[in-house]
Amino acid sequence: MSHQPAAIVGIGQTHHKRKRADVSIAGLVREAAQRALEDANMDWGDIDAVVLGKAPDLFEGVMKPEMYLADALGAVNKPMFRVHTAGSVGGSTGIVGSHLVSSGRHKRVLSVAFEKQSEGNAQFALGGGKGASIGAGGAFAPFIRAYIRRSGAPEDIGWMVAVKDRLNGAKNPYAHLKLADITIDKVKESPMMWDPLHFLESCPSSDGACAVVFTDEDGGKKASKPPAWVLATAMKSEPGWYSGRDAVNPQAAHACAQEIYKAVGITNPREQIDCAELYVPFSWYEPMWLEAHEIAAPGEGWKMTQSGATALDGDFPVNMSGGVLSSNPIGASGLLRFAEAALQVRGLAEDHQVGGAKLAIAQAYGANAQFFAMWAVGSSLNPLG
Amino acid sequence: MAPTENDIAIVGFAQTAPDRRTQLTEADLVLHATRAVIADVGIDKSEIGFTVSGSCDYLSGQAFSFVQNTDAYGMVPAINESHVEMDGAWALYEAYVRLLQGDIDVALAVGVGKNSNSDPSTLYTIEFDPYYLTPLGADTWSLAALQARALLDSGKATERDFADVVVRNRANAKSNPYAQVKGDYSADELLAADYVRNPLRLHDLPPTTDQAAAIILARGKRAYDLCERPAWITGIDHRIEPHLPTVRKDITTSVSTRLAAQGAGVGKGPIEVAEVHAPFGFQELIVTDALGLDASTEINPSGGALATHAVMVAGLIRMGEAANQITKNGKNRTLAHATSGPCLQQNLVCVLEGDQ
Repeated sequence: MSHQPAAIVGIGQTHHKRKRADVSIAGLVREAAQRALEDANMDWGDIDAVVLGKAPDLFEGVMKPEMYLADALGAVNKPMFRVHTAGSVGGSTGIVGSHLVSSGRHKRVLSVAFEKQSEGNAQFALGGGKGASIGAGGAFAPFIRAYIRRSGAPEDIGWMVAVKDRLNGAKNPYAHLKLADITIDKVKESPMMWDPLHFLESCPSSDGACAVVFTDEDGGKKASKPPAWVLATAMKSEPGWYSGRDAVNPQAAHACAQEIYKAVGITNPREQIDCAELYVPFSWYEPMWLEAHEIAAPGEGWKMTQSGATALDGDFPVNMSGGVLSSNPIGASGLLRFAEAALQVRGLAEDHQVGGAKLAIAQAYGANAQFFAMWAVGSSLNPLG
Repeated sequence: MAPTENDIAIVGFAQTAPDRRTQLTEADLVLHATRAVIADVGIDKSEIGFTVSGSCDYLSGQAFSFVQNTDAYGMVPAINESHVEMDGAWALYEAYVRLLQGDIDVALAVGVGKNSNSDPSTLYTIEFDPYYLTPLGADTWSLAALQARALLDSGKATERDFADVVVRNRANAKSNPYAQVKGDYSADELLAADYVRNPLRLHDLPPTTDQAAAIILARGKRAYDLCERPAWITGIDHRIEPHLPTVRKDITTSVSTRLAAQGAGVGKGPIEVAEVHAPFGFQELIVTDALGLDASTEINPSGGALATHAVMVAGLIRMGEAANQITKNGKNRTLAHATSGPCLQQNLVCVLEGDQ
């Protein structure tokens, strides 16, 4: 049979900061990988293949940095693979790593994703490297305004997401922003960046890396700590512009979620999924993705935020790690979502743990809200019983 | 052979006409290559279960350059799609692994590179370790020259051997309609030229090419619907070496090629034709030695990477040419090789076999 189970047995990440001047790019990725190997109770020699993901090379000014990072990631004499799918790349890096195991190609695979944004000018690179960048916030604000008009959501929903994710981030020892004293008023009074997004509703620019160790079924069963099982993966793309495109509610986002739910047997996502890590770089993307991934009915996503359902103690916690709003090394941000979902079903998320989480999803998106990567992970291969 | 559900074959290959400086965009090139391979195989694009491309932002001179290229696929409704910042040969590897998941039967791998946008002697300095190597200003040509010098000093080859490689590849390229550099030359006339980077002359260097290529893969019995004689991938592997050439034990050999060849099972039988990705002519000597090939194997009937060399595409073209030898030319067992990085740092080897 071609498809074999893949288990996540090691997760590591760096302390994310505005500027990690204490390490080189190689030092940064190695820090995350070393923690993942320690978590997996493995050493460099145990790894069969390495997958590296990051967003555009123009962020750091190093072309194809996987060539230079082969040594630091212990890839010498092994297969080394480089993924780049824009903002969804961290998710794709996890998926490609898991496929190397589920295809039977390798027994133990290390996926690493990073961005060291302080090495260059992220805003310049986000504009395609041609200057005059409106930034990601400028690109997404029109979609957000359209969502607000369409759904009739009250203006404080975005502020609530900003507060909730930062309070979660304050519980995550690796988060870049730890704003334990954040309030709705502080968000509301912070400078307006891209109407309706205030400064505190926007993601930071971070240096950071994340690493995940995958093994086959046997490795998962023998792991020293509880594994997370990869239940389903999906990558869907649509054009950034086309006649009739709904950029607020992209068809590719629906297709991605539907494929995952079908593969896992999820018929009622809100009830059956225990928690979710969604790529929310700007506050309003929480309700938008809850709808586009069919967790909430159309126009109802903001009500989940408003009712507290998405809080750490709610019935559908979202972004327990603090999310992209608390740490954003762009190339790693997707894998950080995917890793947090795995951490939750392993029961190892400590202060940001959702009690009894058995089934979690993670998502990342990229470019003009057109590339989607998603996976579902479980505490067992059949968490729905 | 009776294919199992885990057997995957190359069933179609297309490339655009190579150009020293095209006016087309990368998206145009991808569109032309993709349409051509879909027509070659005779399917509707909706039958493609996974699409993956290899390209490089720095060659395009633009961040997120692959995003525009995806417009060539027709992604309404949404498709399963991915991208690697590697040669299209590695995009094919991702497609191969994706097919092994077992839920789809057909995949498309694309490579595209507009190399005319930049001066290789300046661009490739930033492909290196940014703290220690890039500041030296050493480019790929200079590092290749150091490797060539080491090969000469080892006594394994002479400058005339380097020239002979070029003479043979350019002569082979005459029968390749997609060759940019071709013709009849003598080693004497090539050796009369000045050095560009001692001991390398201009003819030892890869040409600058704008090009795209595309390959369609199919799994199991589906391959026979799309191709009369599929080129089955019976082995594929890729390996990387230390980045800094001086850290490698011996740059006159290619350890990563040897390991990849073992992983791909090259030695399990004779190889009739090998398409070797040697951007610098002399590297063909290093690679064929590491692959364990002897004089019974025909090397680069297409003219190889000395005939066209669009970085991010040249490796995928080797896979397509080696597959054509089986699908169109009656050969039974062929090999494709792709390389990346300074002094052959990273190498991929693929063995293809036809039904007998």
